[in-house]
Amino acid sequence: MGEMMGDELLRIENLHVSVEGTSIIKGLNLTINRGEIHAIMGRNGAGKSTLANVVMGHPAYEITQGTIHYKGSNIEEMEVFQRAREGMFLSFQYPAAIPGVQVGTFLRKSVASVRGEAPPPREFRKELKNAMEQLSMDRSFLSRYVNQGFSGGEKKRLEILQLLLLQPDLALLDETDSGLDIDALRIVAEGINSVAQNTGCLVITHYQRLLDLVKPDVVHVLLDGKIVQSGGPELALKLEDEGYDWVEALA
Amino acid sequence: MTQDANEAVGDYRYGFHDPESATIRFDKGLSEQVVRDISELKNEPEWMTDIRVKAYNHFIEREMPTWGNCDSLEAINFDNVTYFLRSSEKTEKNWDDVPEDIKRTFDRLGIPEAEQKWLGGVTAQYESEAVYHSIREDLEEQGVIFLDMDSGLKEYPELVKKYFGTVVPHSDNKFSALNTAVWSGGSFIYVPKGVHVEMPVQAYFRINAKNMGQFERTLIIADEGSSLHYVEGCTAPTYSTDSLHSAVVELIAMEGAKIRYSTVQNWSANVYNLVTKRGVAYKNATVEWVDGNIGSKLTMKYPSVLLKGEGAHAEIISVAYAGAGQHQDAGAKVHHLAPNTTSNILSKSISKGGGRSSYRGMLQVTPKADGCRSKVVCDALMLDEDSRSDTYPTMEIGNSTADLEHEASVSKISGDQLFYLMSRGHSEEEAMGLIVNGFFEPFTRELPMEYAVELNRLLELEMEGSIG
Repeated sequence: MGEMMGDELLRIENLHVSVEGTSIIKGLNLTINRGEIHAIMGRNGAGKSTLANVVMGHPAYEITQGTIHYKGSNIEEMEVFQRAREGMFLSFQYPAAIPGVQVGTFLRKSVASVRGEAPPPREFRKELKNAMEQLSMDRSFLSRYVNQGFSGGEKKRLEILQLLLLQPDLALLDETDSGLDIDALRIVAEGINSVAQNTGCLVITHYQRLLDLVKPDVVHVLLDGKIVQSGGPELALKLEDEGYDWVEALA
Repeated sequence: MTQDANEAVGDYRYGFHDPESATIRFDKGLSEQVVRDISELKNEPEWMTDIRVKAYNHFIEREMPTWGNCDSLEAINFDNVTYFLRSSEKTEKNWDDVPEDIKRTFDRLGIPEAEQKWLGGVTAQYESEAVYHSIREDLEEQGVIFLDMDSGLKEYPELVKKYFGTVVPHSDNKFSALNTAVWSGGSFIYVPKGVHVEMPVQAYFRINAKNMGQFERTLIIADEGSSLHYVEGCTAPTYSTDSLHSAVVELIAMEGAKIRYSTVQNWSANVYNLVTKRGVAYKNATVEWVDGNIGSKLTMKYPSVLLKGEGAHAEIISVAYAGAGQHQDAGAKVHHLAPNTTSNILSKSISKGGGRSSYRGMLQVTPKADGCRSKVVCDALMLDEDSRSDTYPTMEIGNSTADLEHEASVSKISGDQLFYLMSRGHSEEEAMGLIVNGFFEPFTRELPMEYAVELNRLLELEMEGSIG
């Protein structure tokens, strides 16, 4: 895929998605350009995680109508790992544990896969050290097994560590703030901000508190599989104060 | 080096073979005369000839096992096996003196390189006998004996006579009888009191000829307070007809001694691997089996430990990978015969492409063995619906003070794991390779690093082409 000078990364048009025959997303439109942070807010079950998963290519989600374009190409047929190699990244709400695979090995192999070649060991060690320091992560993380026995906060930190190392073009961050205390939230937010300039970010969250730290350019309200309202950061504040009832009334 | 494309199966990279070069080759088939001829050829003492003949008679009378994979066992044609093949006149101490073809094979298998880097001693067996053997001088100076078994019998007949067949008697099972009758090669090791052999010693077994039978015999004695790590590897060419590997390994750990025996078995998919491995641990001694089964057509092997002295400990970590056409019937046996003995058994198996893995375990605690502890964990990972995994645990507990734990699980690779890894740029095959390596990690981390890297690479190869 060629670089788009207009820097449109993601264009979703009239997207309809079902899971096991149940329709979840029902006509969604969204465009994200490089350097933009978009927040998606909405109640449980509105389709937020489905949106992140379907963009990443989860096989359980079926696109029944509409298109997703990434860097100008329709990606419906593109495999998950190819999307990753093309610079797409999903920070998981519930990342899977991979028993027996050490974090250090996993990171090195993932960086090699996404970059298309193994990084020189010494440079990679340095890169890793810096990123872990930025996230206040102890070196002992590297010898633990991926997400096994991790606390919620540790899992999220590992996701953001990968975000820093993989330097994606498009980052889908699915409830990265859940399960974090305020200090951890600040560290994670700084991590996101440090890549956001060159990345298009889709930040999925329930809460305003992450958006105090990661300033969105656009806030979207997702209701029953559709974006019903979009606006600036003030929209997130309004949702925080007034809840979602008024949005429902609009819809 | 030749590689017959018709005979190469899959990605098995050790499936090449050399032209057969035999200085002595017995006709196929087994008889008392063959047994006597082997003994005579080796100039053995009469008592060894007698043991062989007795074992041969037992082999003839003994029924095939009625468990394991009976159909596959019944298909073995004992008349179509070459029982003895000498490919080199003597066992060399210098790689340069090993016949060129054979040397190239071991070069290709990385054996001389490994010796230089990290081993305390090496035996390389090709067909029936060792073609190369060496031990580091410092070990020799400390009185460590490390020989191929034939040389061991020649040079230390009293030691061999004292211990041979004491841990695995010829009458133990049909294949221990066969091995005792026709054994050739293997390792003989004695570690003197208090000597700790810091670098592992390695034996490498290579079958080259078609329809070959390899029957090595290994005897390791660790005297009081000594320790040793022995590593063995094995490969064979891929042929369309079967070969037979039937070894017997006996370990003796005297008071306070420790023996670790690590194996990565990677026979080609036409080799029957029917092996009896048993160790005895005296007071406060430890016997550890680290046993990996990746290759072969049918493996039946259950490393076992007799805990004979108070405070003795057994550790058995085994993994089995059963791919298409393979049956790994593996497991572990521990007999708690003395008080306050402890054991840990960890077994992990992976089945794929219609492969079959079985865990067969035996845990025995005798009435006089008070205060024993044992933990058994069996995990099976199934990679598809066509494969099969079974667990056959047997427990004979004759003492109520025993503290026993048993856990078993059968799992599949989850879609969540695959999606997670693929979202990090790994293809489905690579993702499965990572998961499989992780599953075997408790085993792999016990291996010397060079073996661990090789094993991980092997498993990744096995995952290639696995996605339809």
